[in-house]
Amino acid sequence: MPPLPVLLPLAMAIAVFLTPSKVWRPRLLAATALGHCLLTAAAIRRPETAATDWLRLDAPGRLLLALVSALFLSCAVYSVGYLRYRPERANRRFTACLLAALGAMSLVAYAQHLGVLWVGIEATTLASAPLVYFNRSARSIEATWKYLLLSSVGIALALLGSFFVGYAALLGGGEASLLFPDLLARAGELSRPWLRAGFVLLLVGYGTKMGLVPMHTWKPDAYGEAPGVVGALLAGGLTSCAFLALLRFAQLTSAAGEGLFANRLLVAVGLTSMGAAAALLLGQRDLKRMLAYSSVEQMGILALAAGLGAGATFAALLHLVANALGKAGLFLAAGNIHRAFGGKTTDEIRGALRRLPRSGPVFLCGLFAITGSPPFGLFVSKLLLLQAALAASRWWVAGLFVAFLLLVFAGMGRTSLAALQGRPTRYARQSEYRDRWISFAPPLALVALVLLLGLHIPVPVRTLLEEAARALEVGR
Amino acid sequence: MTSLLDTLVAALLLVNLVALGTSRIGTMIRAVSLQGLLLGLLALAAHGEVSNRVLLLALASVLLKAWLIPAVLFRALRQVAIQREVEPLLGLLPSLLLGALATALALAAAGRLPFAEERLAPLFVPAALAAIAAGLILLVTRRKAITQVVGYLVLENGIFVFGLLLVEAMPFLVEVGVLLDLFVGIFVLSIIIHHINREFSSLDTRRLSQLKE
Repeated sequence: MPPLPVLLPLAMAIAVFLTPSKVWRPRLLAATALGHCLLTAAAIRRPETAATDWLRLDAPGRLLLALVSALFLSCAVYSVGYLRYRPERANRRFTACLLAALGAMSLVAYAQHLGVLWVGIEATTLASAPLVYFNRSARSIEATWKYLLLSSVGIALALLGSFFVGYAALLGGGEASLLFPDLLARAGELSRPWLRAGFVLLLVGYGTKMGLVPMHTWKPDAYGEAPGVVGALLAGGLTSCAFLALLRFAQLTSAAGEGLFANRLLVAVGLTSMGAAAALLLGQRDLKRMLAYSSVEQMGILALAAGLGAGATFAALLHLVANALGKAGLFLAAGNIHRAFGGKTTDEIRGALRRLPRSGPVFLCGLFAITGSPPFGLFVSKLLLLQAALAASRWWVAGLFVAFLLLVFAGMGRTSLAALQGRPTRYARQSEYRDRWISFAPPLALVALVLLLGLHIPVPVRTLLEEAARALEVGR
Repeated sequence: MTSLLDTLVAALLLVNLVALGTSRIGTMIRAVSLQGLLLGLLALAAHGEVSNRVLLLALASVLLKAWLIPAVLFRALRQVAIQREVEPLLGLLPSLLLGALATALALAAAGRLPFAEERLAPLFVPAALAAIAAGLILLVTRRKAITQVVGYLVLENGIFVFGLLLVEAMPFLVEVGVLLDLFVGIFVLSIIIHHINREFSSLDTRRLSQLKE
């Protein structure tokens, strides 16, 4: 029997799909999100009872599940307001797919088997493709097509990579196994050539899902055309799932004695992503595409963190959590701005602070949070990463890291301030959209959480982070 | 037994080339359908004694890859009523040559890798790599949405061949999950194909070029 946090959203996805009432579907969505949070809290607190080998909640899984659950709750509450604002749209598929995506992400958190992990991540892609297509315009079709085809091909390569790793174990003697704990225990026996080839394929595959350069091309399109709440879920939830998968494989590869090879690749891809994103952020006029490139940059930072080895694991995980929450908050606030101004480029958006006295400041705070200004959580994680790079005497890496961060800050700051300051356009002054609690409280809560992570990490969260980091450092 | 396996693998490689060399979309879909059938047979022939699990797996994959997915694709093809020519970006003959070259390279590359046992792997690994290469060539050089999906399927078939080496390590449910994901993926893609056609009156993916910097 699959665990409840996986089962509940999947069952509710079907229930919501069968619900005839348009009004009740968003309510069921929010109720399920709340139920998922409670189940998650229970699953984290209680030690595992009946679990199969391939579905078990280990420490990194607990962290991911908690993150996904909290993120989804805020997105679900926000969707209630969003769907109320868009009553002309059918919401059956939208709500059902949101729940299915939650179920798939929970499955990723539980996965201990390379195949299950792959099924979960592919399922998140499939569940989120109809979400990207919510607006049913020519542009959103294009975005959906690119997203689905590129991600599917990328993830197919990740499956091949998983098979390669499995074959490396088969070749190392003993029976074939695709379970992470088994593989980790026998890491020394894995066949090196197959493992190296497998890791490259996995980096390409799950890297496509994360949006690492040069596999990032779907990202600005999908994030740009999807509703803000979907952008939040993609940038906060799905990318985190893919990164955790990659981190597990990096651990396995290091444990097998190929750490240098894996880390070099990760650092190279990470710095390339940061650099390319920084270049594309300068002069970016589209607010949502800006957030997408910022996500590319954050994924680059995460890959870099993974490549810095064991010393940076805690920082990587803290960065993962803070980025997911902060980026989701930004996407939700950007969604509000989009609706008030009827557009998403700085040609149409001016004076958001004045036009939206609540969402505007939340977006501004989110901007400071995501670029790593003190006292937000991302400042701490980036500082820790810089320390780790300097401690390893990797001067070039540290130097490029700081330079790219500054460039990103300049690029994002310029675009955002152009949108936030000044006098609102005539369209915006006349549009009917008003900030309501239900639309600005979720992004506010998310940004506040990032602030909290910077000021004082609450003890339960710190425990989760430290346990996960310890588990992922074994063998590195 | 080995000669049967040899024949099946050779047929699999030939089907790759058929998919690369044809000018009709219908033939392409039939080619992947045939490939699905061959994969099922390969799964049965690969393992000396046929356990229930392998039998079920082979049946499920034949059902899915040889019948259901091609049916979905043919339906999409009928719905959009497009011209049935493939219209490749790279000519058919160059594609064929590229495919043949990729097959040769796959054979050469597999010769350099270490194998666990001498029976299946030396046969399956090059076959898998060649199909993956053919799938990638189709994906890159065919511009109609539906032919790109066929390319994805050929790629996926190649990975399936490799997966046959690891049947023991895959729980049956996971195997089913993989197949289910594939089917849902193709299903969603075919729905989007329908919408692409409605919106752009064409399946030419080069028209999907509004979104750029």
